[in-house]
Amino acid sequence: MKIDLILFFLLAGIAVVTSILVITRRNAIISAVFLVLNFFALAGLYLLLNAQFISVVQIIVYAGAIMVLFLFVLMLLRTDNESPILSDKRPLKYFAILISVFVFVQIAYLLFAGKPSRNITPDEAASINSGTIQAIGKELYTNYIIPFEVAGFLLLAATIGALVLAKKKFE
Amino acid sequence: MSILEIIVISLIKILLVVIVMLTTVAYLVYFERKISAWAQNRIGPNRVGFHGLLQPFADVFKLLLKEDIVPDAANRPLHTLAPFIALFVSFATYAVIPFGPSVNIFGYDIKLVVADVNIGILYVLALTSLGVYGITFAGWSSGSKYSLLGGVRSSAQMISYEVSMGFSIAGVLLLSESLRPIDIVNAQHGWMWNAIVQPIGFITFVVSAFAETNRLPFDLPEAEPELVGGYHTEYSSFKFAGFFLAEYANMIIASCLIVTLYLGGWQNPLVDISGLTGTVATLLYVASFLFKVAFMLFFFIWVRWSIPRFRYDQLMNLGWKVMFPLALVNIIWVAALIMIFNL
Repeated sequence: MKIDLILFFLLAGIAVVTSILVITRRNAIISAVFLVLNFFALAGLYLLLNAQFISVVQIIVYAGAIMVLFLFVLMLLRTDNESPILSDKRPLKYFAILISVFVFVQIAYLLFAGKPSRNITPDEAASINSGTIQAIGKELYTNYIIPFEVAGFLLLAATIGALVLAKKKFE
Repeated sequence: MSILEIIVISLIKILLVVIVMLTTVAYLVYFERKISAWAQNRIGPNRVGFHGLLQPFADVFKLLLKEDIVPDAANRPLHTLAPFIALFVSFATYAVIPFGPSVNIFGYDIKLVVADVNIGILYVLALTSLGVYGITFAGWSSGSKYSLLGGVRSSAQMISYEVSMGFSIAGVLLLSESLRPIDIVNAQHGWMWNAIVQPIGFITFVVSAFAETNRLPFDLPEAEPELVGGYHTEYSSFKFAGFFLAEYANMIIASCLIVTLYLGGWQNPLVDISGLTGTVATLLYVASFLFKVAFMLFFFIWVRWSIPRFRYDQLMNLGWKVMFPLALVNIIWVAALIMIFNL
């Protein structure tokens, strides 16, 4: 077996196991720990696809920033009285199962009917080049400049909104 | 080179770096105590060995022989994991720091860096952003209020200063046009050190580095008069030694990063002028790198014993209202330099 195939199965296995652990753990903080591990496995998978930039950004943004804020909130709140929510409200549980089955069917349909990889040629050098930060920067600032700027403005609006909401409470 | 040769060479480099790091950490503690003694007009450790030179080993054995206490309220797995995360992060960062130019040993052309990665600086940023976890988990899993407060403080502090740190690095990247640490060092050839070209970015980076390593004047996560011991209140024995080691290893990493990004890495204009080549020049370059790192380490300790601790709101104000805008000004400054001088 080729080494990248072994690595793929290893990382994919970690990703699946940790994502199951995320939803089965009672303690929200332990769930968060497994979610971070899951992000690492995903970052490894991106590396196998020659997408270095996405892989590192996955760790910086999701593991390094977003999950830290999640943990921050979880630690300051008392999360132990949240656990009976699902056992008390049965309909909520069935609704959640329904939604996840629906999403799973959608993804499976897209994978088998859409065949997302059919347009990609297995040209390794081109694939390595398109994953570098230089290539992504060039694309972002030329072909995708308008979506990029729009995303920037959206973030700015969200930041100002958060500031206004936080300020109101203190005045 | 065959795969086997690459693996062997990498292993040798890793071993070398780890050994140098561990001895430096041990002696850094010694020098911290000696310099603090010098700053306070005391003598400092002088009982174990010649001028107290064996003191670090005595300290390590003392910590190893102590009882490992885990509080009842603690979450055991995370409590054990936390110091290892802290240690892993600080040692893994060293992989991308170049400590000299390429050398030719036994016919092999060897780069003096453990891993020459295309996205080296992003790798460093990713690892520093993970450094928060060690402290946060330690704070939460101890099941103690002081630890929790220390952990929460530290995550807020590190996230805040990561922003200005990232923006200061952006100025460096504009000049080097690469994320590869070796290219960044090469871009500072001669006296084109980034500390001279972009002094504002240098200052913001150094201040953020102090905050990221939790050193005084920003050591609020463990501020002992307010929080007993902060995030490591409930730690003892070898796990405490793990945090201790990680703090000093982080200092070394921060110094190496400052030298690589702003002080020209292993470059030394005096060696360039002298016309020396070959092994002698290489050794001199490595020596200049080590000298610069040693100076930065001295600076870290010097500041610790000279400046009192910031209050928490002052720390946040400094981070968001002073350092962050200054880092932005620096980016504009560098961009203007590139426009005017076509650097």
